[in-house]
Amino acid sequence: MIQFDNLYKAFGDKQVLAGLTLEVHDGETLVIIGYSGSGKSVALKHIVGLLVADAGDVRVDGRAVSTLDRIGLAALRREIGYVFQFAALFDSMTVTDNVALGLRRRGLTDEELADRVQEALALVDLTGSGDRYPAELSGGMRKRVGIARAIALRPRYILYDEPTTGLDPVTSAVIDQLMVRARERLGVTGIVVTHDMRSAYTVGDRIAMLYEGRIRQVGSVAEIRESDDPVVRQFVEGRPT
Amino acid sequence: MIERIGRTTVGLVEAVGRWAHFMADMGRALSDVATWTWQTLVQMRRVGVDSLPVALFIAAFTGVVLALQASYTITGTVPLYFVGTLVGKSMMLELGPVLAGLALAGRVGASMAAELGTMRVTEQVDALETLAYDPQSFLVLPRVIAGTAMFPIVVALAVLVGIVTGWLTSLWLLNLSTPEFVKGLKLFYQVKDTWFGLFKSATFGFTITTVGCMVGLSTRGGAEGVGRSTTRAVVYSAVLILVLDAFWAAVLLR
Repeated sequence: MIQFDNLYKAFGDKQVLAGLTLEVHDGETLVIIGYSGSGKSVALKHIVGLLVADAGDVRVDGRAVSTLDRIGLAALRREIGYVFQFAALFDSMTVTDNVALGLRRRGLTDEELADRVQEALALVDLTGSGDRYPAELSGGMRKRVGIARAIALRPRYILYDEPTTGLDPVTSAVIDQLMVRARERLGVTGIVVTHDMRSAYTVGDRIAMLYEGRIRQVGSVAEIRESDDPVVRQFVEGRPT
Repeated sequence: MIERIGRTTVGLVEAVGRWAHFMADMGRALSDVATWTWQTLVQMRRVGVDSLPVALFIAAFTGVVLALQASYTITGTVPLYFVGTLVGKSMMLELGPVLAGLALAGRVGASMAAELGTMRVTEQVDALETLAYDPQSFLVLPRVIAGTAMFPIVVALAVLVGIVTGWLTSLWLLNLSTPEFVKGLKLFYQVKDTWFGLFKSATFGFTITTVGCMVGLSTRGGAEGVGRSTTRAVVYSAVLILVLDAFWAAVLLR
């Protein structure tokens, strides 16, 4: 279970997170929605220790992330797959090398490593693209490689940062499908940060809205869809005022 | 005025603190041998082999100019075979290491700052960390080790080329014979001339790569930030090379 425990984070004068408290249960996919710049990605980065909170903490299976030493943090990161907003693939490496990189330190034989890479690429329908470089891929394909890199690790948790941003509706639907497939086949717990409501309704078991640095409402897809809260309603309906 | 001095002092102390922290992280990453060894070989090729053309080109023309200037300066006052002495000493002690260092600050330092800066702003460094890699052992150490190990080799070859072009210039343009040039070359030669130049080159290599990595990894703000980091890496490296050059001369040549 992942718990955000009264998390505070500011960048200069801008208070981004102001008492974020939220629980992500094992086996579920929780979608965090919110306006651009509301701190969704910032919250996600605290889980893997890429950012350190000003106050409060994130607990992953009871471990307070801010108290972990280098070895503890590396161990935690081995349990978490992270899919970045713009994929963050290594430009100088092929697709295969990108997916294999996280596996290289896990004591696998060359054969096991190749199998795991092929399995991950097959899961995102990219079999046969292993020799290509990121610059030769479309935006959607890059995101799929990002997902393959995360699931190849067979993590307990996968964090998706804006997985459908910048994609056309059809490619977005493909990415949604992949996220659902990853949960069904691998049984991972997922957190998806997005402002794409169609994606949120498709992949989420629960949805939480982040507003002014804390959770405005959290509930099932149906509860959020039918929310009475004016801020939540305005966001999910995409009304300007 | 006092406020500006205060701000500059605080900035300087902060920069020294950041540098010390960076060095400590790099030292700690040394234990992660499995990660940095295979990357180091790749970087050795990029830093060493790929830098050779520019270093050798500069050295070749420096050797020509040195021979001609030496002849111009000493003709009629001291025997002409001193051209060999001046070419050899200048190339080994000063011009070989410093000119190659400055050229490679532009080539290697800038490319490292740009590469790591781009990786930083496109979240590739964050991605590495989430894959449980330490950027210090994966990105920094291989570059710094490659720079420190390969610079002396590049400079040694540059010095050799400079001396050869100086000799050929003496032969063809100054009517100096090979035995005379070699006599001059040997005249005040000490083994220290060789190791001083190579040691200095190793410190230049360490400095250029450390600055390139440190500036690159602290990049903020997209393409503009990468551009700023690249410029900064070249300027800082060039300044530090000249300061180090004077420092080693004061410490080792007195």
